[in-house]
Amino acid sequence: MLERQENLPVEPDTGNRDWVIGNVETPTGRVPRVSTHWSWRDRLGAVAVRWNIGRRRYRVHPGLYAVGSPTAESPVLATANYKLSFDTLRGVLDGLDAWLLVVDTKGINVWCAAGKGTFGTEELIQRITVTEVAKVASAAILVLPQLAAPGVAAHEVRRRTGIRVVYGPVRASDLAAFLRAGMHATPAMRRVQFTLLDRLAVAPVELVQRLATALLIMLVFFLGAGVGRHGYRLAMEQWPAIATAVWANFLAGIVLTPALLPWLLGRSFALKGAEIGIVTGSGLWLWTRYGLMEGVAVVLLGVAACSFLGLMFTGSTTYTSASGVRRELRWALPLQIAGVVAGFVLWLMARWK
Amino acid sequence: MVYLKDVVTLRLDCDACIGCGRCLEVCPHGVFVLEADKCRIVDRDACMECGACARNCPVNALWVKNGVGCAVGILNSAFGRKSSCCGESQACCCGDPKAESPAEK
Ligand code: SF4
Ligand code: SF4
Repeated sequence: MLERQENLPVEPDTGNRDWVIGNVETPTGRVPRVSTHWSWRDRLGAVAVRWNIGRRRYRVHPGLYAVGSPTAESPVLATANYKLSFDTLRGVLDGLDAWLLVVDTKGINVWCAAGKGTFGTEELIQRITVTEVAKVASAAILVLPQLAAPGVAAHEVRRRTGIRVVYGPVRASDLAAFLRAGMHATPAMRRVQFTLLDRLAVAPVELVQRLATALLIMLVFFLGAGVGRHGYRLAMEQWPAIATAVWANFLAGIVLTPALLPWLLGRSFALKGAEIGIVTGSGLWLWTRYGLMEGVAVVLLGVAACSFLGLMFTGSTTYTSASGVRRELRWALPLQIAGVVAGFVLWLMARWK
Repeated sequence: MVYLKDVVTLRLDCDACIGCGRCLEVCPHGVFVLEADKCRIVDRDACMECGACARNCPVNALWVKNGVGCAVGILNSAFGRKSSCCGESQACCCGDPKAESPAEK
């Protein structure tokens, strides 16, 4: 008998499948049994994607999998085919018997995919149909990750497939407790959090993604430093200070703002970022002993840059609404642009003194 | 942590609500409570407009202009560009127009 998954026109797994540790015989064919432990390859992969390496190709084959020795009554746990989502799920199922239904989300995690519609009602129903879940696990309840809810209409799935659907907890780590409690989630299990670790988890990807921009900005200032009353020259003696200033703001905006988020004043991210910018800019002014004009320019640029980066961080949070971000963008973006222009002009003018 | 005051577009039609409790199940921010078999909004500012409640309400008693609260995504779609820059296991910013459309009514 062949593995049903191989019939589907989807992209293959990344790398090897050393997490498949056998097969489970079912009325409709063999289903791969997966390990609940991470190999060194899984660990390495998880670290790599945090640094944006191979993130877009980190996928598993959509379809049905088994953990332990599931029966027709065992729960069916749905997840995305982003390998980190899949690994996280199987990693918490040690000692449990369950079916895993991996939905084709194009290698994107559950929440993003639900927001985009790739983890949606149609895809889920299609995956239920092609994997013949209803035959394999006839008495099962489909447990969807709660964070898939923006994309899936549970009552639609029920109506069209006949399968009972419940939403599991937000975090995979609560899943075992949820199942043991007879599929009951405590209010805490239903709440999304935003811990220090959550806030810093995206920093590496952000750093990598914005690296080119930071280098470009540094180059502009390197070249700009040479203008002056006596014509143009390469002012290389200023480069270390400029580089320090650019990287200080870059790190402050991407690491410090998220880390200190709950303690920064106000609710607006542009404002929170600006507060970090004032501190960074003033620190740089003191350290470089710039004159008044250049000092004010450094603070202005720092405030504008960190405020902008703060606003950009809204995409990584778990609680900002689109309407809120739109409102912020409307007032903050013009101010940030004005700050950059004023700061840059002041900084150039300081060269003519 | 709570985001800006009085900005979200969440609407609840109390007369239509049948008190099934599905919105309490899917909302990641505890926006709703069930009282006397009717749903009530208790923490409106905590709503992140994810659209989960509106999509899963069986009688369309909820409405929200759902979207992703991400500056990059909003700017990108404002300039007609597409992007996807998702964080791990977190909210993400997707300039995908689909993520910006109002929840199905
Ligand atoms: S849109 Fe999302 S966060 Fe807002 S009330 Fe509905 S489920 Fe809760
Ligand atoms: S999901 Fe709809 S019908 Fe059910 S409690 Fe919420 S508002 Fe009422």
